[in-house]
Amino acid sequence: MKILITGISGAHARMIAQKLAAAGHDVIGLDRRAWPNPPEGIRVFQADVRKRPAADVFRNERPEVVIHMATITHFSGSREERLRINLQGTRIVFEHCHEHGVKHAVFVGRHTIYGAAADAPLYRGEDEPPLAVTTFPELADLVAADLHACTALWRWPELKTTVLRLVYTLGPLHRGTLASFLAGPRVPMILGFDPLFQMMHDEDAADAVTLAVEKRLNGVFNVAGPPPVPLSVLCRGTHRQALPIPEPLFPHVIGRFGLPHLPPGAVSHIKYPIVVDAAAFRAATGFEHRHDAHAVMTSFRES
Amino acid sequence: MDQSSLVSRDVAERLEALALPFNQYGMDPYGISKRHLGLFFTFLEVFYKHYFRVRCFGIDRVPATGPVMLVSNHSGGIPADGGMILASLFFDHNPPRLAHGMVEKFAQTWPFVSQWFSRMGQLPGLPEHAIRLLRDGRVLMVFPEGARGTGKLYKDRYHLVRFGTGFMRIALQTGTPIVPIAFIGGEEALPTIYHAKTLAKIFGAPYWPVPPYLVPMPLPLPCEIHFGEPLRFEGNGNEADHVIEGYVEQVRDAITRQITYGCAIHGQRRAGLPFDHLGERP
Repeated sequence: MKILITGISGAHARMIAQKLAAAGHDVIGLDRRAWPNPPEGIRVFQADVRKRPAADVFRNERPEVVIHMATITHFSGSREERLRINLQGTRIVFEHCHEHGVKHAVFVGRHTIYGAAADAPLYRGEDEPPLAVTTFPELADLVAADLHACTALWRWPELKTTVLRLVYTLGPLHRGTLASFLAGPRVPMILGFDPLFQMMHDEDAADAVTLAVEKRLNGVFNVAGPPPVPLSVLCRGTHRQALPIPEPLFPHVIGRFGLPHLPPGAVSHIKYPIVVDAAAFRAATGFEHRHDAHAVMTSFRES
Repeated sequence: MDQSSLVSRDVAERLEALALPFNQYGMDPYGISKRHLGLFFTFLEVFYKHYFRVRCFGIDRVPATGPVMLVSNHSGGIPADGGMILASLFFDHNPPRLAHGMVEKFAQTWPFVSQWFSRMGQLPGLPEHAIRLLRDGRVLMVFPEGARGTGKLYKDRYHLVRFGTGFMRIALQTGTPIVPIAFIGGEEALPTIYHAKTLAKIFGAPYWPVPPYLVPMPLPLPCEIHFGEPLRFEGNGNEADHVIEGYVEQVRDAITRQITYGCAIHGQRRAGLPFDHLGERP
């Protein structure tokens, strides 16, 4: 089957593309960034999903399945740019899916949209409200993109729509929110708090997305790997030094002394846990993670 | 320092017998830490065995496996009864079980405190947590009197105040048996004669207990825990209020019977008289 992946030049999207191509699918990709010399079986169109050349790819190639991964999670760009890419890009991709006869659209989102709060349940089901709009306002564009993708479920019932909310991915790719947080030798913590972090191996995440394609899921699904571990364990497992900082000092030291830059809203995410219940996805696809927490941390540390 | 050397031998052995799915980091899926449990129960052991010299009656009425809801009276200014019931399930139940309490939500914002609660499986008091824990076959500890119970004055000791009804709907929804419990001795250990409202406001607590000796620290008096026969109710949790209130009243009556019996035993024990058999246990 012909599968179009938006944002294909990203490290996780490349891994998914290669898995799908190896499984015999005809994989095409769209991205503003280049992917020089992609492997055999993968064709890449260098274009912005919001621009006309991207519409031409939908029109001419007529993909059966679209995996939308052209969203950004880092905070190096402006808020407006994030909003344009994440929300407007998602809107346009889903409209193309509707107009050009795509049968199945998969939106690859993040579990962080649930937001971290002291009074939130430990395990979040798919019907939990996305608290991140208040607890982590900088993620509002990703929340909006996720919710907009969900609207396709009732706007275009003929288009099978899967909205995946993946936990943090970690592993040999060294890409993604958690990998960036753990990039340096020291990892900031809020003194007196040690929240649970839920992560899955890069490969397991890629397997989950390919399973969602193969099973033609319709609905919203949390996707997770092994049970969560506290941030302190994550630091030890990746050989990072946890640096507990009193909360009032946190804004003054973050981004200095080798600590990562974090937006103000991120404080809640390193004080309180965001853990999802992925039972529905496992039941619908039979998904089993292949890497436990130890293997995930070791592969990140040693690659 | 090797923290495992701080854990008592009895605690270490009973931790191994605890049926929780710990991973290679000693963590279970709820964030419970074997290491933290070891340290906490070693600390609690001193209070359970030597300070309050807790005696349990009918603890075999708590099932060895599967979901169960322990519903108790609440007393004693500071909720030492929760810690002692937790300890009783760990030290005196075979096999040991970990009871999960429902912690006040405001405690989650306190540094260190929230972290320790989380590592010991004491989650914020949300219906979602209660339902999930029971569906996972865990032990849930509930005090339907809430802060109204621990805040009651000495003159009102052992008089149950109004019960919340949320626990009953959850028990029905999850098909969980309820074991009624009477905790005896807490009212005498910390006899509250006055509430210091200003101090309560400063610390963000619902009340601040003031005993005759001013410092809100329980006295080293003996305590007992009485476990009643498990109660089972039919329903799905969507029953009308009057039905639920009727069920709650049955639980309340069962706890009152345990309290009446327990107070008689407590009196015998404090008077230095034989107390193990005082007529038929309710």
